[in-house]
Amino acid sequence: MKDIGLVTDLYRSELSRFEREPAGTMPAWVQQLRQAAGARFADLGFPTTHHEEWRHTDVTPIVENPFSCAKRRPDITKAELEPAVSWAGPRHQLTFVNGHFSPLLSVLERLPQGVIAGSLADSCTISSNFLEPHLGRHANYEDQAFVALNTAFLNDGAFVYLPPNTMVEEPIFVVFVSCPNGEAAISHPRVLIVAGPSSRATVIESYLGLKDGLYFTNVVTEVVLGEEAVFDHHLLQQESRAAYHIATLAVHQGRNSTFTSHSLALGGALARTEVHGLLADEGSTCTLRGLYGATGRQHVGIHTRIDHAKPRCTSRQLYKGILSGHASGVFHGRILVRQDAHETDARQTNNNLLLSEDAVVHTTPQLEIFADDVKCSHGATVGQLDRDVLFYLRSRGLDLEDARRLMTQAFGSELIRFIAHDRIRNRFTELLPRWTSQTYSESFPA
Amino acid sequence: MAEGNGIRDLARYEYKYGFTTEIEAEAAPPGLNEDIIRLISAKKNEPSFMLEWRLKAYRHWLTMKEPQWANVHYLPIDYQAIVYYSAPKTERRPKSLAEVDPLLLATYGKLGIPLSEQEVLAGVAVDAVFDSVSVATTYKEHLAKLGIIFCAFSEAVQNHPELVQKYLGTVVPDSDNFFAALNSAVFSDGSFCYIPKGVRCPMELSTYFRINAPFIGQFERTLIIAEEGSYVSYLEGCTAPMRAEHQLHAAVVELIALDRAQIKYATVQNWYPGDSEGQGGIYNFVTKRGICAGVDSRISWTQVEVGSAITWKYPSVVLRGDNSIGEFYSVALTAHRQQADTGTKMIHLGRNTKSTIVSKGISAGYAQNTYRGLVKILKKATGCRNYTQCHSLLLGDRCGAHTFPSIEVQNASSRVEHEASTTKIGEDQIFYCRQRGLSAEDAVSLIVNGFCHEVFRELPMEFAVEAQKLLNVRLEGTVG
Repeated sequence: MKDIGLVTDLYRSELSRFEREPAGTMPAWVQQLRQAAGARFADLGFPTTHHEEWRHTDVTPIVENPFSCAKRRPDITKAELEPAVSWAGPRHQLTFVNGHFSPLLSVLERLPQGVIAGSLADSCTISSNFLEPHLGRHANYEDQAFVALNTAFLNDGAFVYLPPNTMVEEPIFVVFVSCPNGEAAISHPRVLIVAGPSSRATVIESYLGLKDGLYFTNVVTEVVLGEEAVFDHHLLQQESRAAYHIATLAVHQGRNSTFTSHSLALGGALARTEVHGLLADEGSTCTLRGLYGATGRQHVGIHTRIDHAKPRCTSRQLYKGILSGHASGVFHGRILVRQDAHETDARQTNNNLLLSEDAVVHTTPQLEIFADDVKCSHGATVGQLDRDVLFYLRSRGLDLEDARRLMTQAFGSELIRFIAHDRIRNRFTELLPRWTSQTYSESFPA
Repeated sequence: MAEGNGIRDLARYEYKYGFTTEIEAEAAPPGLNEDIIRLISAKKNEPSFMLEWRLKAYRHWLTMKEPQWANVHYLPIDYQAIVYYSAPKTERRPKSLAEVDPLLLATYGKLGIPLSEQEVLAGVAVDAVFDSVSVATTYKEHLAKLGIIFCAFSEAVQNHPELVQKYLGTVVPDSDNFFAALNSAVFSDGSFCYIPKGVRCPMELSTYFRINAPFIGQFERTLIIAEEGSYVSYLEGCTAPMRAEHQLHAAVVELIALDRAQIKYATVQNWYPGDSEGQGGIYNFVTKRGICAGVDSRISWTQVEVGSAITWKYPSVVLRGDNSIGEFYSVALTAHRQQADTGTKMIHLGRNTKSTIVSKGISAGYAQNTYRGLVKILKKATGCRNYTQCHSLLLGDRCGAHTFPSIEVQNASSRVEHEASTTKIGEDQIFYCRQRGLSAEDAVSLIVNGFCHEVFRELPMEFAVEAQKLLNVRLEGTVG
């Protein structure tokens, strides 16, 4: 049942204001794209809990808060940002403050010949012909309101282009910093990654809230992989606990390409990540692994959709959730195997750990299969720390708190160990216990 | 492998129960309005509370929209073209089997229902429902000695109105959903069963439903009440003649298990599935729900769904009593252009409640088979446990199998596990069977029966045999 979504007057006026703004140097096709998406958003409106996909995600606070487009240049110094990014020892770092590219806070050492990594706004002007075939083509704004909203306000973000047969060894670090200055700011960053045939790279997307405060990040990332491309994607979401974060990752995979994503989602009052993988040609592999944690009154949601459109593709999903306090978590995963997508091998696992009496989890793993020569399975569990193991640890001299913490960490680390890049794996390994300890001290004060 | 051949063979399978019985029937004109409801109620000589209840449901139904969320596709149903009441013409309700129209008895004979009590031999008490009315209930006296009431719903309304009034609509309220509301307004008959305190029903109770007249919708209602410490095992079977039009079947089943009571409810659903092109067949839109109202009570649903053009059915259990147990075992086979969207809901309200879900879906030809389930554990329902497994088997590359489970847990002391898989029959398994001397067909049948074994073993013996045979017949020639 489709309910008519909500569009507040505020968004209507923001939209028309944005449309009237001088488009600067943006090419005509970008403006057309924005207008089409804007019109679509006006039709769609914000989803309500009557929409099946949004049944457990209530976006009313996003709709009702008077968010307005983020101020152009808040003052952040390199020193302020340093503690949050130094772990990566970045050699290629693109930094965005409230959605706008900040050249001062970015580092770009020599990249291999032909590789582009820079601001999307600049690239739209300079390398328009690289972007035009892809931008807005993979993230579907026709029926996804937040993608439509992002596209309508499309302005800045990151653009990475890898020519065929190139390899970028050092990870490309894309940092989105939000720094609210007492205003409820909204930003619509956009990321487009185009990896040519047989190219190889690692990208980290990181979302940081530098100050506690109310803001809303509505990001859309499009990744296009050419034939035989190998791409490692990482997502670190550490928004402020008062912030709203809606992210859509759309991946389009060519023949024999490999896409791997690891995500860690810990922040936000309401944080939702959508991953849409399209295995558009034979032999491609898509692996998604993610860990989500929520405490207090946080709401975290992971929504994946893997579309096996062609034969002989493989997909793997492993998502783990740790929920405490009054937090609620949602996992909604769908595997779609189209007719004739034979020899599909798809697996999906979702495990949830409930640490407190008031935490809630909704998990909906779905299989939709239209071909017979397939191997598809999914599994989902909801449980708590194993008493026997807790007892064992205590019998070895650990106190209850430590035993719990250790087990919670172990639950999460099963997933982290798959991360190929050392510094990224170490960072994930470092963040998890920190989060766990914080959660325990909040949920079970001594 | 000549799978194309197999599918053609399957198309040739004939629906054995597709005959019609030329029997004089008394029917209401097609269409639905308050007068029709008054007519049904008057025909049944119902007390006024029933008529009011029906009208309330009807008025509510008028405000409702047909649900669209199920993963099935069909042309809109014209609710004004359906005949809501049809009954074999008799002067009055027969007092004993000897008075039942021999034609009717012969019909049930053809269906293999031991109606004229091939008596002690069969040992199953049957209530047979023909179109809109219940035609015969066997073994009634024997059961009455134990205090068990097993009769047609309309009879229960006459003889035990207090029980009907107390329990009717308590599990599936008249406003529950579109089809349940429709059923509440127009249901004409069904079975009623009451097991008194501490009684263990000595035989399987059974209802047999048959749609005979054309254009008729069958709306029956079953109500089973198991008092404290009682036990009953109940079977339900269904068939219909072959007709080119679609016919609607919207039944409601309510089960109530009080303290320490146990109800086992088994269904073998073999409504006419339509021909290989999807012409005709029954729309089976059924609401089945049981409530474990008392502590330590137990309800189990076992279903074998092989018929119907479209099945839309979610036998559910509300686990209200502490330590109660809900179970759901299902085999759903869809072939040709059949569509099934079936599954269960387990609502855990009581503490330490347990539920088990085992669902096996088999798709062949162009059929679509969907499992849709909900496991919901509420905040106060601590220490709950659920185990769900749903497996799908695909025979043919044009069919689909879908799994849409939903799990909702609101406390930290409950455990839920869900697993699902979808595959086709392994070439290696078939190869192994063939090298042991089995034909490809026997191999498939053996593997499919093995696949369904977990569910079949929950069925009473006679039904398990019948179900296995049905499955074999429907599978004939699916693999070359």
